[in-house]
Amino acid sequence: MKPFHQEQGIVVPIDQANVDTDAIIAKQYLKSIKRSGFGVNLFDNWRYLDPGAPDIDNATRRVNPQFVLNQPRYANASILLARKNFGCGSSREHAVWALDDYGIRAVIAPSFADIFFNNCFKSGLLPIVLDEQIVDGMFARVAALEGYRLHIDLPEQKVTDPDGESFTFELDGFRKQCLLEGLDDIGVTLQHAEAIRDYEARRREQAPWLFEEHA
Amino acid sequence: MPGKTLYDKLWEQHIVRQESDGTTFLYIDRHLVHEVTSPQAFEGLALADRRPWRIGSMLAVSDHNVPTTDRGDGIVDAVSRLQVDTLDANCDAHGIVQFKMNDPRQGIVHVIGPEQGATLPGMTVVCGDSHTSTHGAFGALAFGIGTSEVEHVFATQCLIVKKQRNMRVRIEGEPGSGVTGKDIVLAVIGKIGTAGGTGHTIEFAGSAIRALSMEARMTVCNMAIEAGARSGLVAVDDTTIDYVAGRPFAPRGALWERACAAWRDLHSDDDAVFDKEVVLDAATIEPQVTWGTSPEMVLPVSASVPDPDAEPDRVKADWMRKALQYMDLPAGKPLREIAVDKVFIGSCTNSRIEDLRSAAAVVKGHKRSAHVKLAMVVPGSGLVKKQAESEGLDQLFRDAGFEWREPGCSMCLAMNADRLEPGERCAATSNRNFEGRQGHGGRTHLVSPAMAAAAAIAGHFVDIREFNGEQPQ
Ligand code: SF4
Repeated sequence: MKPFHQEQGIVVPIDQANVDTDAIIAKQYLKSIKRSGFGVNLFDNWRYLDPGAPDIDNATRRVNPQFVLNQPRYANASILLARKNFGCGSSREHAVWALDDYGIRAVIAPSFADIFFNNCFKSGLLPIVLDEQIVDGMFARVAALEGYRLHIDLPEQKVTDPDGESFTFELDGFRKQCLLEGLDDIGVTLQHAEAIRDYEARRREQAPWLFEEHA
Repeated sequence: MPGKTLYDKLWEQHIVRQESDGTTFLYIDRHLVHEVTSPQAFEGLALADRRPWRIGSMLAVSDHNVPTTDRGDGIVDAVSRLQVDTLDANCDAHGIVQFKMNDPRQGIVHVIGPEQGATLPGMTVVCGDSHTSTHGAFGALAFGIGTSEVEHVFATQCLIVKKQRNMRVRIEGEPGSGVTGKDIVLAVIGKIGTAGGTGHTIEFAGSAIRALSMEARMTVCNMAIEAGARSGLVAVDDTTIDYVAGRPFAPRGALWERACAAWRDLHSDDDAVFDKEVVLDAATIEPQVTWGTSPEMVLPVSASVPDPDAEPDRVKADWMRKALQYMDLPAGKPLREIAVDKVFIGSCTNSRIEDLRSAAAVVKGHKRSAHVKLAMVVPGSGLVKKQAESEGLDQLFRDAGFEWREPGCSMCLAMNADRLEPGERCAATSNRNFEGRQGHGGRTHLVSPAMAAAAAIAGHFVDIREFNGEQPQ
């Protein structure tokens, strides 16, 4: 996983609550057996006017000029500003892969759905929870100010706006560590292989039916 | 010290190691695997030169991409076929137990786990699929994970997680006739919203839940994720144990007795404390119909499409407007006057034998409305299909003008050939009415199996409580 330290970038606003993972990456793209290439189909149903499919060249599709990702002012955005309960619905990590592949490094919202939030850390995408009022303020400013950028400092757990105003955010210590170091958490767990084996031995005594094999 | 909740007990039994900040290495007993969220995990494992920790914990099946029509010719769509073939190859390479596409036991992963007894009380159950919450109906701690976590469980049999908060949803009293597990859970979501359970594990309790069959409890827990909770739970009782007894993967003989004794403790203590509690009176719950593009956009069938102008919260009102525009519905229209183009009975929410029985009872002796282009029944598994056929349900459906299909996810999310065309409106027994969920531009209304069946006959939504009595033969 790539590490995360700082990010300074253009902010793109998705001004809608409860954006679900079906909207972030539509199901037809889940047929891929790869982990990359999802960025062109991020928010597919909103971004294009005609339906897409894995075998359709996206360059031939009609884009929806109304949709934020298609507006030049938000080109190359790396920070997504969202409303509450972002990423609800399915467990598809493809939603995170699509954001990451598009170039989004962090998502700011008043709240996230649990599985999505969790998945973010696996690809080095930083989900930041800020107060609803602060997020409201950011939505107002991003609309008013073309080229609105934010600076994110992970070690300090701080988001700073163009006026120099800063907002701190909470983050679990273990997750922060993994992001900063770009840790492979399977490697972390395997350091405790002994403890896993001990647990299994104990558990096998207490509840042997959990270890029955079936064909 | 207060007593423990069921969630507390399940959690404690699975701690391999806990850090001082609460970060926990949690042991996973059962890992269910399907074709969509596993290929990248198998690939990751191979790239890192790692092997699965405990093959015996895994059970795999392809369900999302499989065709529901004749399977003699295999899968026509090459992209879908590759995904299914990839799962087959991965399972063969590692020796993982898998029900292949033409195995009579094949079906939707959340239907076959319980059906086989592969889901047992007291287990931790994970799958790269959010509706893994279904298995919580057995008093198992079950939740959906992303693909990286699938790889993590492959390699370590553990997950790195933090404990969630305890929430209880109590449904007390007796529901009226025509009110099913689906209506109960939709009513709960309508009340607490799609983020109402975020950060919590929801235990469904109360006399109305106790009275539900295992299948209905699965329907309720299935949609815990639609209320924002990764896991739903129901305490173990006789209903649970009777259901599990004798299933192929369930313990037998002396081991069965030992297991049952242990399972009897899988309930919240009387003095357990919950961080959040919601209570609903079952008698006030009516059959439900969703009107928008989120499961929380739901109302009793007797209601009308709500008016966004009457919603004081600006963000919410905008959201409602956008939903109504997508759904092409005017505020104030009675839900019962909404006409449907297609009807889908299936999905891990409502494709078990009881669901099919209840829908078949409604269609018996009637014909699909001429306005309904397609009504399809997709059993949750090959075994459900076989059972239904032995009861003659397939014939009742066929006689009523329904299509009787092969098991799979089908039009729940339209990854195979079953889908809505743009603008089409569907009465569906599945769990998500998100934009485009059943096909680009498709419009989904979530209902119970009986309500879906009745809509197919009438051509529009009807109150199932009235339909039973007066529909002419
Ligand atoms: S039936 Fe629908 S919700 Fe259930 S596992 Fe399949 S796609 Fe997911």
